[in-house]
Amino acid sequence: MDYFIQQMINGLTLGSIYGLIAIGYTMVYGIIGMINFAHGDVFMLSSFIALILLVLISSALGALGIGIALVLVLVIGMALTSLWSFVIERVAYRPLRGSFRLAPLISAIGMSIFLSNFVQVVQGPNNRSVPPLLQGYLTVQLGDGSFTIAYKQMLIFLVTAVLLAGFWFVVQKTSLGRSMRACEQDRKMASLLGIDVDRTISLTFVIGAALAAVAGVMYLVQYNVVNFADGFVPGVKAFTAAVLGGIGSLPGAVLGGILIGLIETIWSAYFSIDYKDVAAFSILAITLIFMPSGLLGRPDVEKV
Amino acid sequence: MSMQAEMPLLVVEHLTMRFGGLVAIDDLSFAAHRGEITALIGPNGAGKTTVFNCITGFYKPTVGRIALAHDATTTQTDLDRLTNSGDRWRKADGRGLYLLERMPDYEITAKAKVARTFQNIRLFTGMTVLENLIVAQHNALMRASGWTVLGLVGARRFKEAERAAVERATFWLDLIGLTLRADDPAGDLPYGDQRRLEIARAMCTGPRLLCLDEPAAGLNPKESLELNTLLRAIRDDHDTAILLIEHDMSVVMEISDHVVVLEHGAKISDGTPSHIKNDPAVIAAYLGVDEDEEEAAEAEIEGLQSGLDHGGAR
Repeated sequence: MDYFIQQMINGLTLGSIYGLIAIGYTMVYGIIGMINFAHGDVFMLSSFIALILLVLISSALGALGIGIALVLVLVIGMALTSLWSFVIERVAYRPLRGSFRLAPLISAIGMSIFLSNFVQVVQGPNNRSVPPLLQGYLTVQLGDGSFTIAYKQMLIFLVTAVLLAGFWFVVQKTSLGRSMRACEQDRKMASLLGIDVDRTISLTFVIGAALAAVAGVMYLVQYNVVNFADGFVPGVKAFTAAVLGGIGSLPGAVLGGILIGLIETIWSAYFSIDYKDVAAFSILAITLIFMPSGLLGRPDVEKV
Repeated sequence: MSMQAEMPLLVVEHLTMRFGGLVAIDDLSFAAHRGEITALIGPNGAGKTTVFNCITGFYKPTVGRIALAHDATTTQTDLDRLTNSGDRWRKADGRGLYLLERMPDYEITAKAKVARTFQNIRLFTGMTVLENLIVAQHNALMRASGWTVLGLVGARRFKEAERAAVERATFWLDLIGLTLRADDPAGDLPYGDQRRLEIARAMCTGPRLLCLDEPAAGLNPKESLELNTLLRAIRDDHDTAILLIEHDMSVVMEISDHVVVLEHGAKISDGTPSHIKNDPAVIAAYLGVDEDEEEAAEAEIEGLQSGLDHGGAR
């Protein structure tokens, strides 16, 4: 039992990171119907930004405390990653809007390759690491067994939960969120109500990137290493999570992320670690056969 | 003030729209005046919706000028000066003048204050009725909320703007009688209510010109009457002129102050409803169509005439 709970905790940690990235995929898909393949690499980039910031800030602050450093890394990292994503949208996607459907998709793949190669050139092809952050853990007694929750895992849950709540509030309750939902349903009608659709799309990319940046920082906190190729696998997993939850659905993205994280961890714990990705993707395939629009997705209704 | 000196709200001049070799609108000129309901009628395929699409920025016209003057004291000289300046719009002393053919669609709503509805209903069905009306007031709210940042920290300016937005939305909900359904998804409303909600949503953008594409389509007689009342209230109480495309002649004849008739993209008649009904060119346009469309045209003529007979008496 304690072993199972331990795996659940590990899975939830991983799932939170996938969920944060998945939101970026699902939001962009919702609003412009495009899979932003560069999003995984934006996540990887944010992890590198966090790494550089962490080194800079901890050398500047000295022993002032990991807490302040992490807050600063989070805030500056979100801002810089958002800026990157904003520029990517401007340069690679906006000029192709109104072009044929595959054009921005190809452009996104190009962007993905560009970003990972750019980081490879600038930061080198090897793993880059930071000293382990937040090493302590909490041991919980349960009957005759026990399980542990690392402080960094708590931090990841906490930050993810707070940000998701904030994000949900923005989407549901603010004017910006309403305009995003309006653009998602009917871009033409939204612009006829005076909404600047291009700007709303830019802001969607910015918000998606900010959440990916949080995931990037958390990834670094959890694993302490990052590599230029690390955008791909988490990116694909997060994309899978978005599809599993129902692409276009925000709660679906989070649910999908957590499910993929749990499936992967539980499978590695009880069966074979080598086949964890096979398990995750098989579950996706099976879900999509029986629920083509994902767990929480709205079925496509033909407009007449 | 003489009528000649006044520049109408909307002045369309020499509007031509070609799609490849097809001429959808051919050198069309007409005006829509403040405080009036102007109807655009004509047989199917006459180019009515294309005119709307040009006015609201869906299409960029091949040739022509579409000018919107908020203030009656705007002169032809002002218009010529703006046209020659190459600018899209000019606003001085609260006298806005806009060249719609130069403006992107969201600016036409936000700055020139033109709103429109479509033949098919395009509500945001996933949002509530109230949210549909508030999303139409997006620009004022975004400004007040300092791009969401101030709004998130609950600044007073934003609270006030939000209250004003809800008040305006509530006013329109009362007028269209949907107050009790404010929190239901818009997609759950019956058809007639959706039509009126769409008009209310357009009105929440604070338009000076409201373009309605077949607002009475699919309404039953009772709903149609409610619509007429709503449109008259908009014209009389809200400083909003209406331009409407309509096939239901009883609606056209009853509520419009001014009718423009199109055929094959060109204007064949322009005047008061009573002028239109006696214009031989209009009668001919509705009769002299292809054989297979003849029946439809005859039905429409009947509608036209019965509309004329009953329209005045109501």
